[in-house]
Amino acid sequence: MVWPLLGWLTNGLIGRRLSRALAGELACVTVAASFVSALGVLLAVRPAGATDAAVSIVIPLFRWLGAGDLWIDASLIIDALSLVMALVVSGVGFLIHVYSLGYMADDPDLPRYFAYLNLFMFAMLLLVLAGNLLVLFIGWELVGVCSYLLIGYWFARPAAATAGRKAFIVNRIGDAAFLLGLFLLFTQLRTLDILQIRDGAPHLPEGVRTLAALLLFAGATGKSAQLPLHVWLPDAMEGPTPVSALIHAATMVTAGVFLIARLDRLFLTAPVALFVVGIVGALTAFFAATVALRQYDLKRVLAYSTISQLGYMFVAMGALAPVAGIFHLVTQAFFKALLFLAAGSVMHAMHDVIDMRRLGGLARPLRWTAGGFLIGVLAIAGVPPFAGFFSKDLILEEAFALGLSTGNFLPYALALVTAFVTALYMTRAAMLTFSGRPAEAAAHPHEAPPSMLVPMTALAALSVGGGLLGARVAGEPLVEFLAPLIGVKAGEGAVVHPPAGLLVGISIAVALAGIVAGIAVHRGRRDPALGAIAAFLERRWYIDDLYDAVIVAPGRALARWLAGPVDLGIIDGAVNAVGRVLAAVGRAARRLQTGYARQYALGVLVGTLIIVGYWMLR
Amino acid sequence: MEWAVFVPTAALALAGGVGVIAARQPVHSALALLMVLASLAVSYLLLAAQFIAVLQVIIYAGAIVVLFLFVIMLLHARSGEGPREKLPRQRAEAYVFAALYLGVLLAAALGAAAPLASIAAEFGTAQQVGESLFTTYLLPFELASVILLVGIVAATVLGRRPPEHAGRGKG
Amino acid sequence: MVPAPAYLALSAVLFTLGAVGVLVRRNALIIFMAVELMLNSVNLAFVTFARQHGSIDGQVAVFFVLVVAAVEVVVGLALIVDIFRSRETVDIDDVDLLRG
Repeated sequence: MVWPLLGWLTNGLIGRRLSRALAGELACVTVAASFVSALGVLLAVRPAGATDAAVSIVIPLFRWLGAGDLWIDASLIIDALSLVMALVVSGVGFLIHVYSLGYMADDPDLPRYFAYLNLFMFAMLLLVLAGNLLVLFIGWELVGVCSYLLIGYWFARPAAATAGRKAFIVNRIGDAAFLLGLFLLFTQLRTLDILQIRDGAPHLPEGVRTLAALLLFAGATGKSAQLPLHVWLPDAMEGPTPVSALIHAATMVTAGVFLIARLDRLFLTAPVALFVVGIVGALTAFFAATVALRQYDLKRVLAYSTISQLGYMFVAMGALAPVAGIFHLVTQAFFKALLFLAAGSVMHAMHDVIDMRRLGGLARPLRWTAGGFLIGVLAIAGVPPFAGFFSKDLILEEAFALGLSTGNFLPYALALVTAFVTALYMTRAAMLTFSGRPAEAAAHPHEAPPSMLVPMTALAALSVGGGLLGARVAGEPLVEFLAPLIGVKAGEGAVVHPPAGLLVGISIAVALAGIVAGIAVHRGRRDPALGAIAAFLERRWYIDDLYDAVIVAPGRALARWLAGPVDLGIIDGAVNAVGRVLAAVGRAARRLQTGYARQYALGVLVGTLIIVGYWMLR
Repeated sequence: MEWAVFVPTAALALAGGVGVIAARQPVHSALALLMVLASLAVSYLLLAAQFIAVLQVIIYAGAIVVLFLFVIMLLHARSGEGPREKLPRQRAEAYVFAALYLGVLLAAALGAAAPLASIAAEFGTAQQVGESLFTTYLLPFELASVILLVGIVAATVLGRRPPEHAGRGKG
Repeated sequence: MVPAPAYLALSAVLFTLGAVGVLVRRNALIIFMAVELMLNSVNLAFVTFARQHGSIDGQVAVFFVLVVAAVEVVVGLALIVDIFRSRETVDIDDVDLLRG
């Protein structure tokens, strides 16, 4: 009796958010309300969840479309996974809404901004609560649109408009693969209902499973900015910083991870696909971390670190440990949002200066911001008491376990190296920004208003304490909560128990080493990478250039060719020819229309003559 | 015996038909049409359609032809045809195709012909037609009244003198 | 007894005469009368077939043809009068505004 009521409450809030959002306060309130109701649902579900192995409450909304045997019901799913996601999305979303009140206060176009933001919240909640892959796809596309709109929010800036388009196009590649995956699943299972797919997936032929999983993963790489579709995310930093925090760090980019966790049974039964997921994740994590070493734009550093962290999550997925991935997703949402908000605060104080070479010595004037940023750095580096430590360590352990069971240590090795590099570049960023001489004497930095500081404080607290959600010392409440539902291990992975203590020690050592190295390097005023490698990293492994050369340049040439000879010559020619022919026919036909009724009558007579004659002779 | 009636009426009808299309003056056409209508009414009687024959006389001869005559009188000035034939080939083409058409029609009509059925004495009386009209064909009958109404309204609107200030835009 | 083919032949000839009238004449009034002629020939065919099949339906059809013909004449003549008022002619070849 309670479930539908609560479900409808959530829905009502979702629907309401679409139309309103005229003012920021209202937007904040609606998001807060959905957070509260998600919390309420959580509290209501918990007792039931303790007894049942996997509680999934499906809320059918309406029969969306039906054609032949294609029946698609729009429905929502409430279970542990979607609740965790909904809580993170609405919680972090709420904090960032509040932050936006301060950050965007001077913007003349505030309602548009909040409208986009609220639409995004709606779409994201739709995505995580979807009970049907098609509904999920709708949410998926909607968040993509919102992302595009918000990246290009300052559309007067060419860079922003271009970045928005880039994000849209790159995402489109992934989305196409996603859609193909959907079609494949539908042709095989005759359903797109998530629960039915979860039940039906293991019975599919191996090849189909693998192909479907790979296609969906391709979609996930687009949304979650994994190699090779990562290129849009750094450019997406052209958008307002709260947007970067919300969409491009905390929520939307995790949609790919969520998708895999959602369809875990499909992926867990497709070893090849899982292998690919793990390798791509690890490579991405390593690649992005190294690139981040040589970036000077503070937000871009954070963007690459986001890519890197997302890579970690995919490593977890590939290591048969979706729970760890979701855990990292949650903590990453906390500390990455924190980092972005702190960066936004810096920009706010320094009048949109974002180049770290022009920043420095901001620790004193921006005490709170610096503190928040520091906490974020420690969290992402994986220093023990902070949130990132627990989740990252869990992933490392799982990756190690995967290595033990399958002999594939590559993800673990890459992840470990990445952990070092992560600590290094984050320390570098923090040092460049906050310590040393004040580089810009002209600017008068001022601390951010309370509406910006309060969310940062809250996120900082979460970054510190969020790890307890999954920490062993605290009994791993999050893992316990999620485990019954997802990540049922295939069995062989659990046999080998990694030496946990040793691994934890290694990761802590690596993190601290990274930090120390970062400080040392900064003291030495040297950049950490060497000569050729530096250039290599600075050009982001030449991937953008590669795309330029391989795809964009031929595309341009093709477009020019199409626009020139093909369009003007053939297509325009054809069009004109059609027009000329029709004109000629019209001139000829015009003579038929004499205006003489008697001639028409003769035509009628001949016509009937032909028809009657035909019937007679037939 | 019936032949004695049929042959003269058919001859009159044919003559009237030629007269309708050949007469120089519309008045003569109208009178020729009247002759055709009367002849057909006789034929109807021969075909056991007394009621239709009566209707034929009342409506066609009584109402429609009279209406024609009224209009002819109304437009008596310059109501003839223009001096110039604008469609020089129309006449020849019309004759050719009409001849073909006649052939087809005759073939069709004679192909459909069959011996006459034996009929009851009251066949074709007003009572029998009326029964059919008010049972099987009730809906078309009512629709016919609607059509008549529409016709009345249309004629009224078309025949109204245009308001002075509106010029001659009416029609 | 006069057989049905005689009536039907008469009907066909009258119809063709009407058609020729419509095609050849230019006076709108005479064209109208030719149309009436055609309608009447159809009526004759109806009545003949009704007699031939011993079914009253044909005569009912004639009734409806009469109704439609009456309306048609009324509206048509009203149009002709209107055209005459505005264009001072009843030659339908002069009414060629729709010429292409």
